[in-house]
Amino acid sequence: MEFFRIKKDIPFMSYGKLTTTISLVTFLLSVFFLATKGLNFGVDFTGGTVIEVHYAQPSDTKKVREELAGIGLADALVQHFGTTHDVLIQVPLKHNKMGANLSEQVLAALRVSDEVELRRVEFVGPQVGKDLVEDGSMALLLVSLGIVGYLWLRFEWKFGLAAIIANLHDVVIILGCFAFFQWEFSLSVLAAVLAVLGYSVNESVVVFDRIRENFRKMRKTEVAEIIDNAITRTMSRTIITHGSTQLMVLAMLLLGGETLHFFALALTIGIMFSIYSSVLVASPLLIMFGVSREDFIKPEKTESEEVLP
Amino acid sequence: MNRYPLWKNLLILVVLVTGFIYTLPNFYGESPAVQVMPLRSHLKADTQLLATVEQTLRDAQLTPDVISLDANSVKARFADTDSQLKAKDVLHAQLGDDYVVALNLLSRSPAWLTGMNALPMYLGLDLRGGVHFLMQVDMKAALDKALESASGDFRSTLRDARIPYSGVTRDGDVLLVKFRDADARSKGEVELKQRFGGMQFDNKDAGRDYLLQAKLTQKEQLRIQDSALQQNLVTLRNRVNELGVAEPVIQQQGVDRVVVQLPGVQDTARAKDILGRTATLEVRLVDDRNIGANSVAPFGTEVFKERDGTPVVVKKSVILTGERINDAQPGFDSRNNEPAVHINLDAVGARKFKEATRENVGKRMAIILFEKGRGEVVTAPVIREEIGGGRVQISGQMDTTEATNIALLLRAGALAAPMEIIEERTVGPSLGADNIQRGFDSTKIGFFMVAAFMIAYYLMFGTISVLALGANLLLLIALLSMLQATLTLPGMAGIALTLGMAIDANVLINERIREELRNGVPPQMAISTGYENAFATIIDSNITTLIAGVALFMFGSGPVKGFAVVLCLGILTSMFSGVMVSRALVNLIYGRKARLNKVAIG
Repeated sequence: MEFFRIKKDIPFMSYGKLTTTISLVTFLLSVFFLATKGLNFGVDFTGGTVIEVHYAQPSDTKKVREELAGIGLADALVQHFGTTHDVLIQVPLKHNKMGANLSEQVLAALRVSDEVELRRVEFVGPQVGKDLVEDGSMALLLVSLGIVGYLWLRFEWKFGLAAIIANLHDVVIILGCFAFFQWEFSLSVLAAVLAVLGYSVNESVVVFDRIRENFRKMRKTEVAEIIDNAITRTMSRTIITHGSTQLMVLAMLLLGGETLHFFALALTIGIMFSIYSSVLVASPLLIMFGVSREDFIKPEKTESEEVLP
Repeated sequence: MNRYPLWKNLLILVVLVTGFIYTLPNFYGESPAVQVMPLRSHLKADTQLLATVEQTLRDAQLTPDVISLDANSVKARFADTDSQLKAKDVLHAQLGDDYVVALNLLSRSPAWLTGMNALPMYLGLDLRGGVHFLMQVDMKAALDKALESASGDFRSTLRDARIPYSGVTRDGDVLLVKFRDADARSKGEVELKQRFGGMQFDNKDAGRDYLLQAKLTQKEQLRIQDSALQQNLVTLRNRVNELGVAEPVIQQQGVDRVVVQLPGVQDTARAKDILGRTATLEVRLVDDRNIGANSVAPFGTEVFKERDGTPVVVKKSVILTGERINDAQPGFDSRNNEPAVHINLDAVGARKFKEATRENVGKRMAIILFEKGRGEVVTAPVIREEIGGGRVQISGQMDTTEATNIALLLRAGALAAPMEIIEERTVGPSLGADNIQRGFDSTKIGFFMVAAFMIAYYLMFGTISVLALGANLLLLIALLSMLQATLTLPGMAGIALTLGMAIDANVLINERIREELRNGVPPQMAISTGYENAFATIIDSNITTLIAGVALFMFGSGPVKGFAVVLCLGILTSMFSGVMVSRALVNLIYGRKARLNKVAIG
């Protein structure tokens, strides 16, 4: 079986204008949503308390809300979580003063009339949330610098820069999606975003490897054609690899439960866009940065080639 | 060209067999167990304890499946929860308060596996259920307290040295001593400098006042903060022991935070109550007339036990309480170099102590630690002479470890810097079990989908890739079990994700081989160049993911760290299995054929 038996190279680089426009539009839209709607930060970052309870009978969120209002938590967010038996209660940070026993008070209030089982409590103080934001940003910065540095060492600064721009563009788009749909941005989503950053660079690396190889093999060819050839010949691998990873992530998305839902979702968006960006964003950027044969092959060697009839 | 030397094949075989053995314990599951741990430092988990536990269980007609002794506990495994609970009750009744009897889960893996340290993966709290607290130690309060007591000590030092001064005031983190003339100030400075090595003194003139300004040095601040944290750690450990948790984790995190993890604990209210309690310390005189006599305490006295169980009769009147203790440090007696504990009392405490010791030379005094309303004598030394100046030394009949323990207990008994819970994560046991099931299911389904696709798409080479992927999973689980790294739900997601990513190496290789074949290269040659050309790319692309993994490990916390560990280990195992294992299989299948015309690669 073979999906991609492509005889002629696809002229990806000639679509440069179109793809750059698409990227720019999605990127700007993402930035727009991030700026206007903002991320819906989870309790990990904002601080506060999340309590997940399981009811033996199907529950009524309205009743839960009333019971919570009875203990002074009228502004708690109550919603079903997966099934009607499971209820997620989010209490804002300002009730912190009720002390560390908030979860016990909530449970006691709910247990008055129903059989309730505690599934999970997460309480995060304001200081912790701030630290997590700082650590997250540091990790993002470190990953970016590490990748640029490595690609610079391994290829050329132009490649490092092109790859990191393409992949940060993926990150911004993932964040944009989370802002647009107001999905909860938690610590595990951040982990997924960083994993995507490391993972989608793979893609650029594979294409870049081919480009370098082609520069050595195809001496007389135009830069754009060399890149087209590299992309066309790695396309099959790109799609299959990402497809396989996506199969795994899909299983996680469908079977992993609520805890892994947004983690898998972030990975899904990341995988989709990394195919696009490493092929159609990183490579045009390379041309823009003026990549040339001389970046890999010493000039005198090229001269000796040209003497040949 | 497509043959591995024997040693390479053997190496791969050895790695895989080792991986298989260390993966095995994960398949046996767990059984309910009880774990008995001594609470006191002089009690050891030894064969005698083992015998006692065995005897107790036999008397109660309970037959454990396995009973074993390890470094600090005796563990007994049962077939069902009923006998586990019964065993806990009889053991607790038999052994009393000196031992913790905790419920635990033990792996059912056979003894020969446990013997070679092959243990199942260590599950995080989100998978096994339990409570995680992050507590912040109020360092400002610790420093405030140090300054507050220093200001009292300044006064008494100057008074004792008969140096005139008109006042000691505190201004933020600075103490200001007011003198009437420069002469008194310089004398005072000399005197104070000698006694307070951890402070930095500066002269400052304001109007007609001669001021001496004192600040805690940077080094002293760090020492105070560190000792406050250590003191809180000790206190927390003692308290957690009471909860009867099998494998508690109490760790320092950063400069001013403590992580407490209590696997299996569901009653968070009780846990918080016990962790948040304050202990008190009292110094009283011992009534030596009645020692060891009948158990009825005479009028005006009470009986407490020492840590080794000896009863001590003490008077009811309290000389001073733990709040008067500024600091306690282990050290050595300056006269005979015996291990000793040096206690530093504040000004009020020093005065009271001086009076009490003057009147009771030759008698014993007891330092009693009260927790949960129950008192215990920490130490009961003899008063050799009148002790003034608030510097007390307890020595004799102790070794250095004991001196350290007593010093810690004295400090722990004194008011520790207050702590606040700043993060709590509780996972109920049912959610934990669900999480394991979900993680397992998604990995399984994902694996089968990828396997089906690979085999359909690449035929024989796809089958080889899937086998290599299976080896990867095996090695990853073996590594996680060996390192006993904490496996969390994101960690399980990490396993699934690395499997998805690991297939990349094989796709790269297979595509390269196909390409070579399409260019008319003979099969043997195509296989060889395919692997070689793909190798550089595989390294490059894995290293970038590794960079992300390491950064996540460095900056991630809790569950995210678990994900990062799996990601990093998974990359390492995937390089081995994707390249070495798959190549070995290809070589075994195709390498021997001298004339290979066709390979099944789809």
